[in-house]
Parts: sequence; structure tokens; C-alpha cells
Amino acid sequence: MTALLETRALSLSFGGIVAADNIDFSLQEGERLAVIGQNGAGKTTFINICTGLIKPDGGSVMFDGKIITGRSPRDIVRRGMARSFQIPQLFTEHTVRQCLELSGVARQQKLSLFSSLGKGSDGPAVDHILELVGLRERQHELCDNLPEGQRKLLDVAMSLMLRPRLLIMDEPTSGVSTEEKHDLMEVLMDALEEQKTTSIFVEHDVDIVKRYASRVAAWISGAVAADGAPDTVLADPTIQREILGI
Amino acid sequence: MKKRLLIAGIVFIAVLGLSAELPWVRVPMIMALVYGTAALGVVVLLRAGQISFGHAMYMLISGYTVAFLSQAYPGADGIVLVLAGTGVSLVTGMILGLFLVRYRGIFFGMLNLAISMVIFTIVTKFYGLTGGSDGMRIPRPSLFGIDMDRAGYEATLLVILLVLAIVLIFSVQQFFRSSAGQAMASIKTNEDRLEYLGVSAKKLLWQGYALSAALCGLAGAFYGLSQGLVTPEAGYWLKSGELVFMSILGGSVHAAGVFVAALLFEFVKVYASTLMGGAWQLVLGVSLIAIIYFLPGGITSLFRKKRKTLEVRS
Repeated sequence: MTALLETRALSLSFGGIVAADNIDFSLQEGERLAVIGQNGAGKTTFINICTGLIKPDGGSVMFDGKIITGRSPRDIVRRGMARSFQIPQLFTEHTVRQCLELSGVARQQKLSLFSSLGKGSDGPAVDHILELVGLRERQHELCDNLPEGQRKLLDVAMSLMLRPRLLIMDEPTSGVSTEEKHDLMEVLMDALEEQKTTSIFVEHDVDIVKRYASRVAAWISGAVAADGAPDTVLADPTIQREILGI
Repeated sequence: MKKRLLIAGIVFIAVLGLSAELPWVRVPMIMALVYGTAALGVVVLLRAGQISFGHAMYMLISGYTVAFLSQAYPGADGIVLVLAGTGVSLVTGMILGLFLVRYRGIFFGMLNLAISMVIFTIVTKFYGLTGGSDGMRIPRPSLFGIDMDRAGYEATLLVILLVLAIVLIFSVQQFFRSSAGQAMASIKTNEDRLEYLGVSAKKLLWQGYALSAALCGLAGAFYGLSQGLVTPEAGYWLKSGELVFMSILGGSVHAAGVFVAALLFEFVKVYASTLMGGAWQLVLGVSLIAIIYFLPGGITSLFRKKRKTLEVRS
């Protein structure tokens, strides 16, 4: 079976610092992978390489069996891999609904010079996503006015509007209060489940990882130190010492 | 829509009535509409968060195209000349845009300025071809196949420009509302996100740049026809600065704002230069400072604020 995402001998250094150290990695369709690791371990670098933001020094990235190494983020998104960001990337002068509508027309490649935004066929899809992530009440507010948790949700919702096969989320619960973290993850996971989207999420909270991941990959010094079922990886003494601080 | 058409109709009748009662306002009105059209081009780029300090070059390119064609084909109709001038500016904008849309912010603005100065110098130095700083005369052409005297010609130009301004306001406003226009506006706030939605920000900006060049070209052609002369001054950096001034004064909230700003600019210039002699720029400078301080969104943001206040009260 062809892996949905696969990297071979992926390497990247910034000066003397190794950010990706010959990473061989694969992800199958339907998995929910949590990526854990200390700050500076190379998690975001790995995401940035896979999604086309950074070109690696060596190695290759394959998506659905096709090499995408060095492709632009735009090309990679069109192939079906979307991402969300640690700091939500929104169109701050647009409303919540407009952000989703823009994502909708972007997916359909139907940017028109004549028809108004929101007059396309994606209205029901926008309504559905708004309902799914609980932002219907605030759909006409400028997204810059949203609290951090809802900004995170909107960031992911914009990617979901693209109906990707794989969604990579960089720390979706960072900056969100402990009480809100689980609510946010419940909403996100329900939405991913409904769209049958495979996902990777970078996470520091062990409880979140245990509860929502089907597989865990632990990053240490730019390399995958452990990869497998959450219980196995989280019980690994090296991972406990180096990442979890137990 | 009906309300907007009604407002457009009232403005149309009011301007025509005023120019019939006070013939001396006809030329300032024509110039205001010409500059408003050019500044609308600058506003299109402003929506994407980019500013050009050299867009008067497209007025110059179009003006000289009109001048060359009117000399090469003496009987050519004014409307044909306008179409040709606008077309040449559009094509030039499309070509230069391929290079310029790679840059953002101050680099985008200054590169436009640099190219405009190169074109200005070329036109000034090729005296044998362009008439140098004296420029080229444009004999008064027929309009829609009708030869007119000066008064009739000016009145017809005013009507054409008024109709054109109304059509442009509606069309550009529709472009701002369109999905492509909204996506272009998002370049201002988050270009990277746009790329991560699978949209090419460069392509969007290139389309906007071509549109802005065409609008400036359209204005340049009418500038030449109304003045009967085109000189390199039409593309000088000070002219580009005036377009930026009008676009900031009008704001990018609504396409109509820039025409109001151009009208204000033209009449302030006329009155201030009469009352204050060589210090009329002082009045413009102070007005710009006041606008930036009190109305950073331009004149049209005033109406939006008022509408929001009324909505809250109701």
C-alpha cells in the first residue's frame, strides 16, 4: 500500500545546527499522528519541508507516491496537503465567513473578477464548516477580533474548506487555556473525522496526545527517536527523560 | 442598487448643470475626472497594500501613443485614439508587472518610480521623435465621427468622462467585491496564507497591476485629448505623487472616493494658487497631514463610519 506521506533521508542544517537528520518517515491514510519533542527538536522544520516552505539540503518528500520535494506550497496544497499554523494565519481585514469563502473559491480554483465573494456554490459548505467548528454566531465579525482559541479553529477551518487528504496542524492547542484545549481538540477531531482527513498534529500536552493520537512520533535533535503506538512511545525511558522530563 | 443609480444620476445632472451655468469650471472638472480615473488605478494597488510612486508613467505612455497616432493618422477619431492609448498602457503594464509583482512595499513603490523616471528621461532626451520637454501637440480630433468647436468638444469630453467615471466606479467596486478582488485585498494582510490556500498572490497582484495600468492609460489618453498637448511632465514623479495624494485622500474603501478627492484636489489647487501664489502646495500638504491624522481610511471611511454609527443607534 502506498504511503500517503513519505520522506526518505530528509536532511537540513542551519549553519552547524542539524534541523533534519536523515529522516525516513511514512504516514498511511487514516492515521492521526501526534508529533512530540522539545522546542528546537525540528518538528516545525519537518512540517515546513513537507509543505514546501523550506527546501531540504537532501532527501525527498513524497505525497501519494509522487515526489513533491522543492515544490511550492501552492502546488502542494493543490495536490491535497494542507496545513494550519502555530500562530493562526488569517486575513485580518476579512470577516470569519469571508475567510472561509475565500478558502472555498480557492479550492474550486474559481476566483472570478465578476461574481461577488459569497455568491458562489460554496455557501452550504461554508455554513457546514461554521457549524462544525462552532463559529456560526461570529461569522460576520472580523477574524482579528476573535479570541485565540477561535482564531486557531478558524485557521484549521480554512484548511478544512480545501477538503485536503492530509492536514498538518502545528501546535493547534498552543496559547489556549488548559480548560479549552480538550474542547478545541474535540471540535477539530470531529471535523477531521467527518471529512475522513488524515492528520498530523504537533503537540506538547501528553494528555491530548494520549487521547487523540493513533500514533506518536517523537523528535529529538532533528531525528525521529521513537515512532509507534502512543502507549509504547510515551513509555519509552529515553522519551520520558528527554522529552517528557519524567 | 436603485439608490446608487439615483445618486449617480443626481451627480451627473448636477455636474452638467454646473458646467452649463459656469463654463469656466468645465476644464477643472475634466482634469479632476482624468486624475480621478488615474488615481483609481493607484487605489486598485492600494487595496493589495501596495503603493506605486511611478504610475503617472502609464499616463505618459498613453498620452504619447495618442500623440503619435494622431500625427500618423490625422483623421483618427478621438475614441479610437483613447482605445489605442489605453491598450498600449495595458500591454506595457502587463509586461512590467511580470517583473514588478515580485516585490512588495517600499521596493515595489520605488521600482515603479525608477522605471517612470527612466521613461521620463527617454521621452525628454529623444527630442527629434518626442519633441523633448516641449512635448507633442495633439490636434483636436473628431469624437464619434463628429467634428466640434472648442466649447462643444470640451462639453462632450466632460459628458464622456462623467459617464466613464460612473461606469468605472460601479465596475471597480464590483471588482473589489469579487472573489478575485477580495483575494487580492488579502495580499495586504496575509500573502503567505493565500499561497497555503493554493492561490498565486503574484498572479492576483499582476492582474491588479494590469488593471491599474489600464486605468492610468485611459486617463492619460483623455489628458492628451483635453490638453491638446502631451509633455514628459505627464509622467514626472511629481504627477505620480499627486495620484498617490488623491488615492490616500479618497481612500480605498469605495471607488467613488478617489473622484471626490480628485475634485477637491483640483479645486484646492485652482483656488490656493490664486490666493496663495507659489505656496499652494502648503494647503495640499496640510490637508494631507489632516487626512492621515483624522481619517486614515480616506474620505470614504467617513461615510462608512457614519453608516456604522447609524446602524448601532438604530
